[in-house]
Amino acid sequence: MDSEATKQAEIKLLYDMLAIRRFEEKAQQQYQMQKIGGFLHLYIGQEAVAVGSVAGTKHDDYLITAYRDHGHALARGMGMNEAMAEIFGKATGCSKGLGGSMHYFDRKNNMMGGHAIVGGHIPLGAGLAFASRYRGEDRVTLCYMGDGAINIGSFHEALNMAGLWKLPVIFICENNQFAMGTAATRSNPLKEIVDRGAGYNMQSLIMDGMDVRKVRDTIADVCGKIRKDPQPYWIEARTYRYRGHSMSDPGTYRTKEELEKHKKDDPITQFKAVLIKEGLLSEEDFKRMDTEIKALAAASVKFAEESDEPAEEEVFRYTTVETDTSYKPIPTRPETSKENPFHC
Amino acid sequence: MQMREITYRQALNEALAEELERDENVFLMGEEVAQYNGAYKISQGLLERFGPKRVIDAPIAESGFAGIGCGAAMVGLRPIIEFMTFSFSLVAFDQVANNAPNILTMSGGQFRCPIVFRGPNGPAHQLGATHMHATECLYANIPGLKIVVPATPRDAKGLLKSAVRDDNPVLVLEVEMLYATKGPVEPPMPEHDLLIPFGKASVVREGTDLTILTYGRTMPMSLQAAATVAKENNLNVEVVDLRSIKPLDLDTILASVAKTHRVVVAEQDRPVCGIGSELTFQIQHHIFDELDAPIARVTMEDVAVPYAEKLEHAVLPTPEKIVAAIRRTCGI
Ligand SMILES: Cc1ncc(C[n+]2csc(CCOP(=O)(O)OP(=O)(O)O)c2C)c(N)n1
Repeated sequence: MDSEATKQAEIKLLYDMLAIRRFEEKAQQQYQMQKIGGFLHLYIGQEAVAVGSVAGTKHDDYLITAYRDHGHALARGMGMNEAMAEIFGKATGCSKGLGGSMHYFDRKNNMMGGHAIVGGHIPLGAGLAFASRYRGEDRVTLCYMGDGAINIGSFHEALNMAGLWKLPVIFICENNQFAMGTAATRSNPLKEIVDRGAGYNMQSLIMDGMDVRKVRDTIADVCGKIRKDPQPYWIEARTYRYRGHSMSDPGTYRTKEELEKHKKDDPITQFKAVLIKEGLLSEEDFKRMDTEIKALAAASVKFAEESDEPAEEEVFRYTTVETDTSYKPIPTRPETSKENPFHC
Repeated sequence: MQMREITYRQALNEALAEELERDENVFLMGEEVAQYNGAYKISQGLLERFGPKRVIDAPIAESGFAGIGCGAAMVGLRPIIEFMTFSFSLVAFDQVANNAPNILTMSGGQFRCPIVFRGPNGPAHQLGATHMHATECLYANIPGLKIVVPATPRDAKGLLKSAVRDDNPVLVLEVEMLYATKGPVEPPMPEHDLLIPFGKASVVREGTDLTILTYGRTMPMSLQAAATVAKENNLNVEVVDLRSIKPLDLDTILASVAKTHRVVVAEQDRPVCGIGSELTFQIQHHIFDELDAPIARVTMEDVAVPYAEKLEHAVLPTPEKIVAAIRRTCGI
């Protein structure tokens, strides 16, 4: 990459993190105005994990995550309009208003969902990777989860099989230190969450989840290794969520001081300072960027408000489908290997 | 076409082999399906023929491999997931009931989940409380799942093959007690591609005096009961094999009831919110005036299935219980 392209790629990291932040601030405001219902889990504080990791992938690598999914979807290229319309329950939403905040799907960006049963999506993530292995594609799956999800059975079953069959998947535990009000230290007996990987014979590592560059470089490096030599990785991303678990959480399980301490590591402020120091960005550039993003977020609310509700027949239409040959699943990558991928 | 007599087990095996042969996206995964040739030998010879990529032994992790199947199905593979029995599917309930059918709706139609879950289901012999659940009524409550229960070798083959080609999640609930039974089936591929559509019941015995609505394990029992009352009571009983629980063939059911005016539901599941509860509702709702007597049901008792053979017999549906229900309904 030439230096201008490199510079743009760096600035894009900041842009994407800021876009998630401003989008969610807007969503929070709309929630407080009671314009949206259900649960709303904000990703604020964790933006570097989604943005950095997505930047380390190829666009047709699969992404799957839990219900705290706005960040991953936006980082992957979903527009704010589609994202906001989804939480407004509108037909123009990314899942046609049928999914909601916890169920963002975006086929064109290989975003395989937002899934709301803790741990329930981890076998699906292994299954996406299984499909790549089955076809001999060098596609990698990124499967994100919270620190609370490592204690449920489906986590163990999926990681066990991923380890056994050497599935090309990166399991990323976004350790934001809490599952609702339960600190990770109260829910598992490990000193370090990263140690869970050893039981599945998985390469395991810790990543600073507040440093977007480190995240990107780690994931890019691991993806490269997996493409050459298919195998799963277990990565603990150390991060922190600044908002409550969901909008109804008063956050009494942590002190104000603790929260303030972590806010000093804010991934956006940190990276902005780095870019300014490196001369890739000025304070002016940042202001312009922020204004532009805020306008997009505001426009997304207008778009959502003005969009139509989904028609009632939509829900019946998408309960079962007519089997037809016109439906084409996501295209496969050209085969990279013909040999039998399974060793057992 | 020259029909052959083959077993229900062989019919399932042929269906798997033909679908694996036809489409390389199809694979079979489950416990002991490959090297061991299947706990019930349904997958006999398939590993040898199709190799370890297509016929895959999974660890004992129902939730894990059911979910792996769903993930693979989202991106276009056509998994056939074998449960050693559907009683074990209960530990994978989240995947079968909450992931497989919901992906289509939650994604606003962007992703389909064309997956088959299959294996023995319902009453077996002296396996005790944990291994004999008839799960059809549990799953029938979940929108988005299709459920078929073959009672003959021909239906076993034709329904399983249709299931593999369906773009929705389908449960093929097999009947362990019928695995060794024989029946006529069309010749295998390439000569004949046997596909039986869902939502089509089969009138397996025509009659005029009473309709037995049944499926699965109780289907042959119903035929036996019909033969008994024909001989002993001169009753001409019609037997309707539902074959497909969801979608349900209401047309055939209602037409039969409108003809006979008396109904016994003989089902292999339990009474509370069982399949018969739904059938009874549908019949009274649509053709209340056609009924000449209250509908009777023969089901498993609402107890955990005991081990002791005599007690087990006492709580499971039997031909004798069906005969008694027919007589009661006909005022004999
Ligand atoms: C199986 C299941 N149990 C409980 C819940 C309710 N619940 C939703 S989120 C959550 C906490 C999960 O925390 P974690 O996995 O650490 O993710 P985070 O919220 O920190 O992103 C709980 C208990 C659920 N959705 N699914």
